[in-house]
Amino acid sequence: MAELALREALRRAMVEEMRRDDNVFLLGEEVAYYDGAYKVSQGMLAEFGDRRVIDTPIAENGFTGIAIGAAMAGLRPIVEVMTWNFSLVAFDQIINNAAKVYNMTAGQYRVPMVIRGPTGAAENLASQHSMSLEAIYAHFPGLKVVSIATPADAYGLLKSAIRDDDPVIFMESEMLYGFKGEVPDAETLIPLGKADWKRQGDDVTLVTWNKQVHTCLAAAQQLQDDHGISAGVLDLRTLRPLDEEALFGAVARTGRMVVVQEGYPFAGVGAEIAARVQEACFDALDAPVLRVTSRDVNQPYATNLEQLVMPSVQRVVDAARAVCHR
Amino acid sequence: MDLHGARVNDPVPDAPVSKAMLLELYRQMLLIRRVEEQAAKAYTMKKIKGFCHLYIGQEAVAVGACAALEADDYVVAAYRDHGQIMARGADPKAVMAELFGKASGTTRGIGGSMHLVSREHNFWGGYGIVGGQVPLGAGAAFAARYLANGRVSLTFFGEGAAQQGAFYEALELSQLWSLPAVFLCENNYYAMGTSLDRQSYEKDMSRRGEGLGMKHWQFEAFDVVDVYRNVKAAVDHARAGNGPVLLEAITYRYQGHSMSDPAKYRSKDEVDEHRKTTDGLKLVEQRLASEHGVDDDALQPLQEEAKAIAKEAYAFAEAAPDPDPADLYAYTYATGAK
Repeated sequence: MAELALREALRRAMVEEMRRDDNVFLLGEEVAYYDGAYKVSQGMLAEFGDRRVIDTPIAENGFTGIAIGAAMAGLRPIVEVMTWNFSLVAFDQIINNAAKVYNMTAGQYRVPMVIRGPTGAAENLASQHSMSLEAIYAHFPGLKVVSIATPADAYGLLKSAIRDDDPVIFMESEMLYGFKGEVPDAETLIPLGKADWKRQGDDVTLVTWNKQVHTCLAAAQQLQDDHGISAGVLDLRTLRPLDEEALFGAVARTGRMVVVQEGYPFAGVGAEIAARVQEACFDALDAPVLRVTSRDVNQPYATNLEQLVMPSVQRVVDAARAVCHR
Repeated sequence: MDLHGARVNDPVPDAPVSKAMLLELYRQMLLIRRVEEQAAKAYTMKKIKGFCHLYIGQEAVAVGACAALEADDYVVAAYRDHGQIMARGADPKAVMAELFGKASGTTRGIGGSMHLVSREHNFWGGYGIVGGQVPLGAGAAFAARYLANGRVSLTFFGEGAAQQGAFYEALELSQLWSLPAVFLCENNYYAMGTSLDRQSYEKDMSRRGEGLGMKHWQFEAFDVVDVYRNVKAAVDHARAGNGPVLLEAITYRYQGHSMSDPAKYRSKDEVDEHRKTTDGLKLVEQRLASEHGVDDDALQPLQEEAKAIAKEAYAFAEAAPDPDPADLYAYTYATGAK
């Protein structure tokens, strides 16, 4: 086991897949000569050259659409978006083409591509650079949505995403690129669509993904230390397809659930999870499913206001105590 | 509106067109027109539903352009795609069955009129968001260059699409990366109901290429031989590794934007004038007569054949089975998810 920063784990996945398959290539803004806006692709230009590590102009709709076309012709593009916020410029290509081509062509054409980059708030980036857009992308049939929290998951899931024959939305986090964790030395693929218990617990399940996994782990420790509550942390890792088996199993185990997400509350992934859980597991629930989300407001710049918006350990602890009535 | 006097920036070499080839182009154009007429009839009978954008009047463009391609070149089109898929060789039966929403259709009743697709003919399909298909055509050319497979992509779009950001971005990247792509603007002078002079300050849409440094020219596209020669020159340029070309084909549609459009934004005289003076079928007939001595009687078997194939396609589509409800989710994901 080697300890890698999350950005190194992502890079290792891309490098291994590009060595394995000449059809895999990386394109995006600043991925080549700049070595990546967040240094995820550092050194890749040197190894693979500018045929396969390709800088683009700032034209997200154009280069995303070109990658979709390249995928339809049999290549396996990895598109790096500098942040998912900028993907909205390419939204038409991602939704109307990437998500729909396999269906509209009745399976005659596939779109094996990965679009990856950081999501969510970093620090003090204000309104247009801080969004968590997973609920929007998970809305559409045809897309798969992955959102990772650890270097091991980043490595194993990105490799699977690159080999997948469908378009995969792959969400990382600026705040986690330097986060270190152990990654297996041997080549490892983690299947899409499988949640993972990051901490076991019997009283309440905290369901989460991406960097809120770390908020939940801290909250679970505090719940144990200060309140004697055993909280499990279920990291969904993939939001679509959703691992219902793991979710419903968690309800059966703990009877109480809090969903912790960074996205806005309205029509968010947490709302979808709460709806599915109450439909399938009503009798197993001992309390309503609660959500801890970013506040229903655009992200402000000032540090104190930003912290008010974001989910926090304290808010997770409060929600968990509420469903446990303790 | 004056649709004549199109500007040709570059002399186009006179690629040879034999009598046999001219007859084949005529056969394809006839077939498209007769199939489209059957589609119009089926629409009024409510057998074809939704949006149905007919190609009548523009046949010379798809037929002449596709004649300039190899079988393994990539073709991408907009939602007015009935002519293109047939010009690529798709069976009119499968096309009509798709328009009828039947399981025997080109996409098993999933795509419909706007999303006709035939992988067998490297026809990537019709796309319904104006301009949204242009990056796909550039992507096909990207793959051709990456794989060095010698193929070229040809992307059809209307002059309305030449206002979209996706169009500009796709062309910019194609030029930057010197992709083997030909972008063919079918300027039929009406973006739905908005005439060119009400939707664009610059009337010569090919000049969109100027600011990008892209080779570009405009040509009249009523005569299928002119279309073939112009597109062939562009395709040869792209295939030789000289980069992409933006072509503007001046054309005209006789029907409304779609079957539900009574076309009140233009005069009947304008349409009649085109039917009289620029009709693609008449122009080929004139060429066949003047250059090869083929008279009307000699063309009659071709005309009868086209009529019969179109009627047969209608009957086939009518009798074809509906899609199986069990297949509703069959084409959402290629691998392992629902």
